[in-house]
Amino acid sequence: MQKKDSLEFEINHLLEAILYQYGYDFRHYARASLERRVLNRLHLADLQHVTELTSKILHDPEYFDLFLKDMSITVTEMFRDPSVFKAIRKSVCSRLRTYSRVNIWHAGCATGEEVYSMAIMLQEEDLLSRTQIYATDFNNHSLTIAKEGIYPAEKMQLFTENYQSAGGQASFADYYQAKYQFAKFKDSLKKHITFANHNLIKDQVFASMHLVMCRNVLIYFDQQLQNQVLGLFQESLVHRGYLVLGDKETLEFSAVDKSFESVDTNARIYRIKTDV
Amino acid sequence: MYSALVIGASAGGLKAITQILAQLPSSYPLPIAIVQHRLADHTQLLVELLNANTELTVVEPYSGQKLQPGFVYIAPGGYHLLIERTQQFSLSVDSPVCYAIPSIDVLFESAAVSYAQQLIGLVLTGANSDGSIGLQRIREYGGLCIVQDPDSAEEASMPKAALKLTKADHTLPLEKIADLLLQLASSGT
Repeated sequence: MQKKDSLEFEINHLLEAILYQYGYDFRHYARASLERRVLNRLHLADLQHVTELTSKILHDPEYFDLFLKDMSITVTEMFRDPSVFKAIRKSVCSRLRTYSRVNIWHAGCATGEEVYSMAIMLQEEDLLSRTQIYATDFNNHSLTIAKEGIYPAEKMQLFTENYQSAGGQASFADYYQAKYQFAKFKDSLKKHITFANHNLIKDQVFASMHLVMCRNVLIYFDQQLQNQVLGLFQESLVHRGYLVLGDKETLEFSAVDKSFESVDTNARIYRIKTDV
Repeated sequence: MYSALVIGASAGGLKAITQILAQLPSSYPLPIAIVQHRLADHTQLLVELLNANTELTVVEPYSGQKLQPGFVYIAPGGYHLLIERTQQFSLSVDSPVCYAIPSIDVLFESAAVSYAQQLIGLVLTGANSDGSIGLQRIREYGGLCIVQDPDSAEEASMPKAALKLTKADHTLPLEKIADLLLQLASSGT
């Protein structure tokens, strides 16, 4: 049985409908992952075709919220890729110390695990008191979880191991309070973090940053959108500011490649060049 | 006729994959993408081990990379590997599938859409059921399905689960799989 595959057409149609009705532009997302998420939702909703889903999303804002939630479910951990945090400690923190005020932007912070990791590391590096962390995401559901800073207690073992591999200097348990099956991260960390809704695809630069963290966000975008978002980071960074990307993301082949130098290739730490 | 080969393996997979790749020449015309379940941080070791035992070039693919003959692409630990309609790789950190990231289903399902009837899917040894839904999708899109004979597998449950869901075109013991892959690759060219 060889019928014409209408899936691509139907997904294009869905994304146009979402852009028209809600102003969110997913047209330049890498298609394979997006399709997988849409098909999962189709399956959960017990629907046959994407066009049926389009109709529901178009006419029911609550259903669109569900779609938004689907679009931002990713796996993350505290101190994910511990070697990266170790590298930031080594190569970036000493430079940040030369500023009296430091701004850090976690772009696409999802449920916030990485943001708290950064706050902990900054505290140990004696930088937190002078730092303002901006943690942004386009998804309010993720932001709510991030703001609460409450994670399942069962994850603490993994997080603790990561923290130690990342060069943690204290006892990880000092940073949270365990209650029932949950661990709540301390207000002394949160005090320096501002969580806000920001859509990388349509919103603008909002402050001057010394460090932008954006890990495992660009892998979901096509090259055009990657270039657009990297341009935004470049614009946001101060002279000689730092950019940290995900493990499998690189500035090579991108439009801003020539504006940055590599500080640590494995850790994907980049810095704005002096001569631009 | 065929343009790509995708392979999924779990427990016992390293030995099985090594054995198959050892029998394929550097001129093998199909690019090969592999998901092998493992602990997240062992990708580099896996790439080196496999490279030492094959004429093909084994690499960890980057996002946006085009699939090319002569190469074996190993899904990086902690990421799902997908193939876009443009026959380029992409990566994701979406939720695990069958408790696995990378997941065989994720690679297979995206490859099925991308390559349709030009795809060969192969499920090898393993102790779970990842890959069965992916193989089913490959079949739906007209691709060719091969499953390692569960009796010859170090762990039988993964090939068994695949066979339960999909009628395979070929069910073969490990030592006969490479010959078939060679034959299939040359038949249409």
